[in-house]
This record gives sequence, structure tokens and C-alpha cells, in this order.
Amino acid sequence: MAQKTYSLKQLEQKANTIREDIIRMLEHAGSGHSAGPLGQADIFAALYFDVMKHDPRKPDWDERDILLLSNGHCVPVRYAAMAEAGYFPKKELMTLRRLGSRLQGHPERTRLPGLEHTSGPLGSGLSQAAGMALAMRMNNELHRRVYVMMGDGELDEGNVWEAVMLAGKYQLNSITAIVDRNNIQIDGPTESVMPLEDLKKKWESFGWHVLEIDGNDIEAVIDACAMARAITEKPVVIIAYTIPGKGVDFMEYDFHWHGAPPNHEQAVKALHELRTLGGKIRSEHE
Amino acid sequence: MSDNHLLDVNSQLLAEPIRKGFGRGLKRAGELDENVVAACADLTDSTQMSLFKEAFPSRFVEIGVAEQNLVTVGSGLAAMGKIPFVSSYAAFSPGRNWEQIRTTVCLNDRPVKVVGSHAGVSVGPDGATHQMLEDIALMRVLPNMVVIAPCDSVEAEKATLAMARDHRPNYLRLAREATPIVTTLDTPFEIGKAYVYAPGTDVTLIATGTMTYQALLAAEQLYKDGIDAEVVHVPTIKPLDAETILKSVRKTGCVVTAEEGQIVGGLGGAIAELLAEEHPAPLHRIGMKDRFGESGEPDELLKHFGLDAKHIRLAAHHIVERKK
Repeated sequence: MAQKTYSLKQLEQKANTIREDIIRMLEHAGSGHSAGPLGQADIFAALYFDVMKHDPRKPDWDERDILLLSNGHCVPVRYAAMAEAGYFPKKELMTLRRLGSRLQGHPERTRLPGLEHTSGPLGSGLSQAAGMALAMRMNNELHRRVYVMMGDGELDEGNVWEAVMLAGKYQLNSITAIVDRNNIQIDGPTESVMPLEDLKKKWESFGWHVLEIDGNDIEAVIDACAMARAITEKPVVIIAYTIPGKGVDFMEYDFHWHGAPPNHEQAVKALHELRTLGGKIRSEHE
Repeated sequence: MSDNHLLDVNSQLLAEPIRKGFGRGLKRAGELDENVVAACADLTDSTQMSLFKEAFPSRFVEIGVAEQNLVTVGSGLAAMGKIPFVSSYAAFSPGRNWEQIRTTVCLNDRPVKVVGSHAGVSVGPDGATHQMLEDIALMRVLPNMVVIAPCDSVEAEKATLAMARDHRPNYLRLAREATPIVTTLDTPFEIGKAYVYAPGTDVTLIATGTMTYQALLAAEQLYKDGIDAEVVHVPTIKPLDAETILKSVRKTGCVVTAEEGQIVGGLGGAIAELLAEEHPAPLHRIGMKDRFGESGEPDELLKHFGLDAKHIRLAAHHIVERKK
């Protein structure tokens, strides 16, 4: 995909479309996670439609950047972004979580071209990214990048810190990790379930360069990814502060929506809100 | 005693740790294919990866004491076209990182080669924590996984080279102590094949790993007892070579299995499942019976837990009686 194809306004529209598709697919599926995918829609719009080098017609293109979704439960946002990018027909989104679907409840690489790994059990994406970055270094593929999307609750996993240590040791600068810092996990706020702060200092002390951004600001995501590419002596983590359930008023900031889908009535309400979002993207009659 | 180019167990056999064969095989695999890479969790000399590391330092990754990271880094390496061998003690890998192997290797279908050294009670003085007995069961239950337990260092070298050419996830089980070398460079090895190491008609002795030598010894003794035992060596526990095994059991009518691990879910479990479904026959399983090991000298422990030729011989007498 050619980079810089879309204006910021168009990217914001992409994010909104991704959110609408997330609501539709989750309502149709009747189960799944709402808050995380909605909160990450801006990051995925930035990655798929600006930042990453990829080609939906050639998912195995050997020059592509790699995106790992370590928080596999947020895969609806990836499916919605992939469909919008043209990896598969949009109507297939309605097969999410159905028997025989390529869109499994948690992503399975072997079922859907364009997925880079199978994930769901938390904490393994960054290790896989480290393996990929090491292989790229051995292969002298220095122009390729590995993006790893991670949840903040996921950082409770010891496996994550094993990978943080390894990437710091080997200075795996082709990795850009993005932590969706939305402060919620299934049992409640992250700081009461298992405090993560001072998160910036934790990563820094392991040899990482840390960027902190508003993860619902597409321009900030794009800028941070550009800055990460320019830092060659360390791996980079972007701590992206996001609003869980972003774009749907009754879901925002409420951890109960972490692992729940909207019912029909709630979906209608959510779609109405997304369509008219502050009146700044589209009018309801458009 | 067979057409498989084996050495005579009554002759003076050289003994060598099975893991040494892995070390040589890995270095050779690295010479043959530049995509072969290796990672270790702080046990590079013990697992014999040091040969590879010295030969190909830029293709070796030191992970530190972090077995979850070990296999998931392996998954990432494999995703980029590498053939990663990842090693530790079997108690830690696959002992500690089973879920990562399940999700990022097996379900994700990446050809990571998990190498578990120091398996079995023959680890000795280190005691139960380090005597991995459940690894065969843990790996055998995973879809897509191939499980291999060579009987000596010569076979381990061949197995390692075969694994480097295999496109599936593999588990290789290795032992610490010196094991008598019964195979030769000409002994056949192919992933998924079982081999008749000694032909016989009265009872089938099915063994894997270090216990194959013990089964061959037992067969010699049984011959003097008037029992003609057939020894089937099963280096690949999954996929199981049902054809070779059933052919033997149809002939002999009874079976003794032998392994240095838990019989539940191990080779004994696999054979019990096969026989129950395909050809019910009297079966006695030699192995660890739902208990842990303990500290002691390797030979002492093998006797203590009944993992030797003597117990295979006794079991064979017992099972031949039951057949009647």
C-alpha cells in the first residue's frame, strides 16, 4: 500500500468506519470484546492506512512490515481494518466467531491470510516480535519493521518482561511496541488489579526508548511511529493512552464493556452516535 | 540379530550421552542449511548447543533463564523462514512453557524444534524437580507436534538432521547420562517409523529412548529363558508407526512397553490406546507409574523404579503367561 495516500480527515473517517464495523460484527456475533477494539480504532487506522508497508493483494509480500496483535482478544479491530483495506470482503465480517469462519474469536494465522500469528493467550506477541527482529537482522532485512500491539493488562504477564529484557539486550530497533494504555482489564482498573506504574520508567530501565501519546489522536500515532523508525539504537515502545470504548458514549471508560458485545438496541444507539460523531465527520442524513 | 545394522548388545559397546549426538547433528544441520538457527535458555553446554554456537555465533541467541521467551522467540524466528532449535532441560522446556508451545508453535503451525535435555530419572542426584517424566505426554497431546526420543547418540544425530528438514513442530527428548550406542551409521532412521531391532515370535517389547538398550538386553536374557522376544524400537512416539507395531503384535500376541517416563500419556499410553482400538492384547507397561523420582545415582534410580532389563524380562514372563 502506498504511504501517505490519505489525508488526516480521511484517516479519521477510516477509524470511524472501523468502529461502525466493530459494533456491527460484535452485535451479530453475540459475544466478544468491545472496549479495547473501539479504543484502538485510531491506532489501526493509522497503521493500516498510513504507517505500515503492506499490500492487501499480496499478504505474504516479503518486504511487508509485520503487525502482531499480542492482545488477540481485540482482533475485531484488526478484522475491521483488514476488510476496509481490502484483505477480504466486508460481508465476511459478519461471520465473526461462527463455525467455519476465517474470522475466529481470537486470530488464527493459518485460517486468514494477512494475520501474522495466532494469539489470544496473553504475553507472547513481543517475544515473537523479538524472534522476527532477530531473524530480520540475520537476513539483513534492515528496512522492515515489526509492530506489536499489546494491552496494558497484558503487561501482568511475566513472558512480556522476558521479551522486554531480550529486546533491550539485543537492541532490537526494528520493533515498535504499542501499549494500549486504557487503564482497564477484566477485573477492573489496572492500577487496582495489578499496578503498572511507573510504566515509562519500567520500560526505560530495560533499555527501551519510550514515547507517550494520545492513542486516539491519529496524527500523534503517525508521528510517534515515524520517530520510532528514526531511533536506531534501541527498541521503541509507544505508550498510547486511549479511551476504552472510544466513540460510544455509554461504553467509554466502563470496564464492564471490556469483554461484552452490544445487544441490538445498544448497537443501534452506538451506530447512531458514531454516524453523527460531533457532527464533524458525517451528518446523519449523508 | 537383525538386518537393521545394529551392534551386538553382548559386545563391548561404547557409551555416550544421547545429547552429544544432538550437538553434532545440530552443527551439521547448520552447515547444510543456513536457515538453521539456535536459541538456548542458559544451558548451552549442558544441552550441547555449544558446538553450534561456536560454529555460527551470529545464528545463536542466548535467551537467559526464560523458557517462555525461548519458544516464543523460536516461533518468531520460524515465522521469518528460520528453522529454530530451542533447547533447555526438559523439566523447563516443555515443562514450563507448554501454553506457549501450544499456541505460538502448534496452533500457529510454525516448525520450531523444541529440544528437552536431561529427561528421565537418570538425571540422578538433582532429584525429582529436574527429572522430567511428563514431557512425552505433554507434547504428544498437542496437534501438529511430532515427538521423538532417540535411543542413543548416533540416532540422535540422525534425528536432529531429519528434524531440520521436517516442516512440522518437533519435540526431541534427550538424556544426560552416557547410554550404550547400539545403532550404527547404517541403521535406518526416519521420522514416523518404528523399527524391529530384534525379531521374535513370543512377545513384543516396545521401547523408546534410553530403554531400547534395556529391551535389547532383556531380549537376550529371555532367549536363554526360552522366550523369543521381538524388540520394536519406537523413536517417534507421535505420529506412531501403527503398522509396524500392529504387525508385530499380531504375530506375538502380547506386549511389554518400556520408557523412562510416565506411562500415563507416554509411550505406554500411546500403545495402550492403539491396541485397545485396533488389536486388544495383554499389555504390561514399564515406566514411571504416577509418581515422581528422587535423588540418587542414575543406575541406582533405574533399578529402584524398575526401569531396566531385569524388570522388562520379568514383565515379559508375566505377560507371556497371561497370553496362554
